Amino acid sequence: MAALQVSAAPRIQVRGLGKVFDGETRVVALDAVDLDVADNEFVTLVGASGCGKSTLLRIIGGLEYHTSGEIVAAGRPVRGPGADRAMVFQHYSLYPWLNVVENIRFSRQLAINREHLTSSDVEVAMGRADALLDLMGLRSMARAYPTQLSGGMQQRVAIARALMGRPEILLMDEPFGALDAQTREVMHDLIRHVFKLERATIVFVTHDVEEAIYLGQRVVLMAPRPGRIDTIYDVPLPAQRHQDMKLDRAFLDLKKAVVERIRETSGMKTDFELLDKLSRAASST
Amino acid sequence: MTTSASARPGLWSIRGPISRNTFWTLAAIGLLTPVLLWWGIALSGWVEKVFMPSPAAVWDRTLIWFDEDNLVGDAIISTYRVSAGWAMSAAIALPIGLLIGTFRPVQALLEPLTDFVRYMPAVAFIPLVMLWIGIDEGSKIAIIFIGTFFQMVLMVAEDVRRVPTPQIEAAQTMGATRAEVIRLVLLPSAKPALLDTLRITLGWAWTYLVVAELVAANSGLGYAILKAQRFLQTDKIFAGIILIGAIGLVSDQLFRFLHRKAFPWLHFK
Ligand SMILES: Nc1ncnc2c1ncn2[C@@H]1O[C@H](COP(=O)(O)OP(=O)(O)O)[C@@H](O)[C@H]1O
Ligand SMILES: [Mg+2]
Repeated sequence: MAALQVSAAPRIQVRGLGKVFDGETRVVALDAVDLDVADNEFVTLVGASGCGKSTLLRIIGGLEYHTSGEIVAAGRPVRGPGADRAMVFQHYSLYPWLNVVENIRFSRQLAINREHLTSSDVEVAMGRADALLDLMGLRSMARAYPTQLSGGMQQRVAIARALMGRPEILLMDEPFGALDAQTREVMHDLIRHVFKLERATIVFVTHDVEEAIYLGQRVVLMAPRPGRIDTIYDVPLPAQRHQDMKLDRAFLDLKKAVVERIRETSGMKTDFELLDKLSRAASST
Repeated sequence: MTTSASARPGLWSIRGPISRNTFWTLAAIGLLTPVLLWWGIALSGWVEKVFMPSPAAVWDRTLIWFDEDNLVGDAIISTYRVSAGWAMSAAIALPIGLLIGTFRPVQALLEPLTDFVRYMPAVAFIPLVMLWIGIDEGSKIAIIFIGTFFQMVLMVAEDVRRVPTPQIEAAQTMGATRAEVIRLVLLPSAKPALLDTLRITLGWAWTYLVVAELVAANSGLGYAILKAQRFLQTDKIFAGIILIGAIGLVSDQLFRFLHRKAFPWLHFK
């Protein structure tokens, strides 16, 4: 029983996490957040803009520090960024002076990957860069520069680069937010495929509810002012996802529930009532 | 449906396209018009020669300067002074600007100070420079240095600050150390902007040449201009100014060429 508990220890443990930005105005970005993410789990964070999704993700990534509570990721308390938690950003993260394959191999230059390096390690790494090119469908663009790629292709490079160092945890902050709908669908299936092959633990931030449900095993809904976790939904879909599932009853029901809950928590419900009242007042005069 | 010719945005659409031919035609008009105007005014005799010599007179004076007064020597010594002052400035401004753009405490310590000093006119430092450095080559280079250094520091710092944060943070989440972020991300990412800063500040360095050669010089283009003024050789003043402009234009084009060669990814069409 005890052994079982150890092997099932969450990859990410967040306990009573708080984050206050003490700028000109005091913002409670996160308040008493508790969250466990299991090994090889795909969790998506949704919620209205400003509810602290990015802040939570960045704290897990060590790019932002928390002001209260505790956080353990990949077996260690988080103290700054590290290669065990790779992050994929929405844009501007690629290195424009490096071509696609050089971007993907960027982490090979870093000291942590060069210590105790043997020639077989190098061979393995070269093979991995090659495999990632194939996995991401970037083979024909290996020598192209980021400025020559479409937005979707750029994000494939960013994901491949993040995967290169075999991070235990992959953090993604609206990585497809700037892509068109068709490209996004392709990326969804691609990232599910990556998830299955790489066996990484993924935390994925989005404001697109459909994306959150299609990708995640659990959808964590956050609410603003103060930023907090409101509801966690289990996604009733099998591990093998397919675009048709977006029209399944179960999918649509969950989508409706999540969308409505976001409206309630973000205070948009009252706005709709106000609009209603205004239009009735306008038509009665 | 075919696109009619009139669907092309006109020349005056905001940021509209322009063909190569039109561009170069307009550029030629822009460059030649002042010369023709100058020529016309000089020929018309409205203005006395001593105020406005004709282009032909300036050209003749340039040839005389070349034949008898060591124009090449003047150009070389001036280029040397400008390059030396500018290079010294770059050698110090690059590391300091990098530190200001990278570390907030360094920014707090040095940026307000630099901002303050850069408003002090370089000309006003001449007496001090003469007092401290003397009147030899060093003092001329020092004036150029003072004129360019403080602006350069601020521009370098800004170039480094412009590196997109996700580029830095991506490296950090791949395990890069602080030194690695600076060496492998900040520097290569800022390089194209830094080369532009070097190009622009070299132009500014040239504008301080005449000021620098106020300091007990007996050679150089700026000195020649100053001396010509004393003898009312307006044509030589014109020649000197045009020469400085031409040297600046050539160095500017060299930098642009270097930019295209060194950073091909910025010039894909
Ligand atoms: N660096 C910062 N300084 C001050 N306030 C911030 C900072 N980053 C985020 N915030 C604030 O924290 C709250 C949560 O932001 P964020 O995590 O970016 O929300 P989300 O990603 O869900 O849209 C917002 O109110 C935002 O304005
Ligand atoms: Mg966000």
